[in-house]
Amino acid sequence: MTDLITSTPTGRGAGERSSRWERVTLLVPGLGYVTAFMAVPVLLVLSYVFFQRGRFGGVVYEFTWDNFSRALSPTYRAVLVDSVVIAGSATILALLIGYPVAYAIAQLPARWRNVALVLVVIPFWTNFLVRTYAWIVLLSSEGLVNRGLESLGVIEDPITLLYTRGAVVVGLVYAYLPLMILPLYASISKLDPELREAATNLGASRFRVFRTITWPLTLPGALTGCIFVFVPSLGNFVVPELLGGGKFVMVGNVVRDQFLKARDWPFGATLALVLIVVLVVLFFVQSRVSRRVSTGGPS
Amino acid sequence: MKALGWLRLPLALCMLFLYLPIAVLVVMSFNGGRSAFSMDGFSLRWYGELAGNSALLEALGNSLVVAAGATAIAVVLGTTLAVGLARYTRSSALDAYAMSPAIMPDLVLAIGLLSFYSLISMTLGLFSVMLAHAVFGMAFVVAVVRARLAQADPSLEEASRDLGAGALTTFRRVTLPTIAPAVVAGALLTFTLSLDEFVIAFFTNGPTTPTLPISIYSMVRFGVTPEINALATVLLLVSLTVVIASARLSRRTEATDE
Repeated sequence: MTDLITSTPTGRGAGERSSRWERVTLLVPGLGYVTAFMAVPVLLVLSYVFFQRGRFGGVVYEFTWDNFSRALSPTYRAVLVDSVVIAGSATILALLIGYPVAYAIAQLPARWRNVALVLVVIPFWTNFLVRTYAWIVLLSSEGLVNRGLESLGVIEDPITLLYTRGAVVVGLVYAYLPLMILPLYASISKLDPELREAATNLGASRFRVFRTITWPLTLPGALTGCIFVFVPSLGNFVVPELLGGGKFVMVGNVVRDQFLKARDWPFGATLALVLIVVLVVLFFVQSRVSRRVSTGGPS
Repeated sequence: MKALGWLRLPLALCMLFLYLPIAVLVVMSFNGGRSAFSMDGFSLRWYGELAGNSALLEALGNSLVVAAGATAIAVVLGTTLAVGLARYTRSSALDAYAMSPAIMPDLVLAIGLLSFYSLISMTLGLFSVMLAHAVFGMAFVVAVVRARLAQADPSLEEASRDLGAGALTTFRRVTLPTIAPAVVAGALLTFTLSLDEFVIAFFTNGPTTPTLPISIYSMVRFGVTPEINALATVLLLVSLTVVIASARLSRRTEATDE
């Protein structure tokens, strides 16, 4: 903060006349708010990972490593692995659906491009719980999918779709697909078509053009999309509960229960730490990759 | 459209995937029968039940109060911060810091705020949810207004100052009209996000003050009824209106630059 206030105003000419007072009134309230209602709370809860739970909930500020050893015990390790597998499947599926869709939108005439983008975003603005609930209606044994398959003669009796791992993955893909498509679209629409033409003219097959030009250049967008799907999927506790019927416990469910039911805040915080670490590592990877792509370094 | 070739298929399938669940809810909301799964004649009865559900209406009222308050805080703090960042810093780290609540996992923010509120012994209720919603809303306002300011011509502000206008007059007569569409878009964004936000509200609300998503959560966990379908349809209509309004606004923002 101090070097923010003492640093010289940059450019903009009005610099000399703008008083220190003006800078303070513009910057301090907003930055102060983020500090008070995000930075401090998040650091506070992360500090809990080193402390013990109180006898009646709450936190006793006595140092311990116990939360970590408990988080790595077989029970919770299994939860962590399972969460990564489920969130990872959702991410890969979203990428496989999102890439061709983003590519197609980028090829549309300008007018239709905006329409298509708005259409992709609209479901995202629909209440998250309502969207998840819609899949209960679709996937239940009397639901549309089962009835459709029955009337087509594919199946005789309803098959179990709801409360399966697949239902959880589909629910997560549905919830976050727009967050995959938008960054992908942004990076695909920036591609220079001449690069592809040049490659084609030099005799590269379509697959080769994709593998050596399109995919490497759009990798930063793809990674951003993957982060936007993976991170919220990993911490989600509503979809596993509603579409998994409580059979699939993910990190988010355990964190929720530690905070609201078991009242073991330090242990809940320790599992939440996983979410932060994953986020930081992924953003680090993403920024490395996008820097390499934009400077045209070796890939 | 010809250039699309085989890509038309994934695009069509994706739209089907995105809209089939929503379409099913809308159709089912006009169901005459009790089942949430099969149509049994057309009727508006579930909309009637919805209108008479006082618990839900109260939750809706709570949500509107929270969203309005959060939007007011987010717009004032977010706009001033965006202007301040554009004018006085070139630090991308500060920019990132101001916008970081938008990418912070909601669960982490939720338990952080719950812990923080408990530390400062703040009573949980609509006010604590409002303060929490304002922090991510502000990040979105900063992002939208910051983007708008990056395209604006700084010489206009300079000219105003050179002609003797004070800081406030320049802000009111030059800066604000330039960024107004972005401010409104940011406000709409905050309002809608707050109305829909569940996880943070779930952790930071009091026991007696559910917001609408919290009520929907308990309804959905309880079982499937056509009443939820009707509610979903109404919410869909509201979101649709807001999305279209903000899309128009952002298009106008782009258009005025050219």
